[in-house]
Amino acid sequence: MANVATSTPTTAVQYPTTPMSIAALVVGWLIPGAGHLIQKKIIRGMLLMAAIFTMFFVGLGMQGKVYAFNTGDLLDILGFFGDIGAGGLYFLTRMNDWGQGAIHRATADYGTKYIIVAGLLNVISAIDAYHIAIGKKK
Amino acid sequence: MTIELSHFSAALLFAVCASVVFGITLKNDWKEMPHYGAYCFALFVGGVILAGWVMWLLKR
Repeated sequence: MANVATSTPTTAVQYPTTPMSIAALVVGWLIPGAGHLIQKKIIRGMLLMAAIFTMFFVGLGMQGKVYAFNTGDLLDILGFFGDIGAGGLYFLTRMNDWGQGAIHRATADYGTKYIIVAGLLNVISAIDAYHIAIGKKK
Repeated sequence: MTIELSHFSAALLFAVCASVVFGITLKNDWKEMPHYGAYCFALFVGGVILAGWVMWLLKR
């Protein structure tokens, strides 16, 4: 007896982009955690905000360097892309001329890494807010 | 204002902040989030301690 394969048609789940999803992405990038807050995910938003703000400002307090746009060394270029992930915090820092770095301090290098990682974590956070807004995540 | 942290306290603070973000963003179910965050924190701190011992052995 031949086996009859019963195949069900697979349909790809669609997640339409909505105005809220774009707003969550942009606001979440500009203000860490705010993408969750505007979707009434208060606890998640506050925790993300606390974690990213803490990393960013402790990094600044440790005399970490904030990279400006540059076309020089590859690591400097990557540092800039990491830093700009922090969105509004990055622009605030550049406007106030903070984060000039102090290479004579051993902990300043930690601070630089803190600031870059805060930016990268903020990108993850903003994309998470987008996924919640399109319904891909609860 | 200048913040002075030791190597270990800097690594601990880094682990806390990164674990919070990983726990929230990388899990779908809110019940799994604290567990995953704690798991990430344990891996971060365990990695720091392991790397510290490896460097101590390399120095000898």
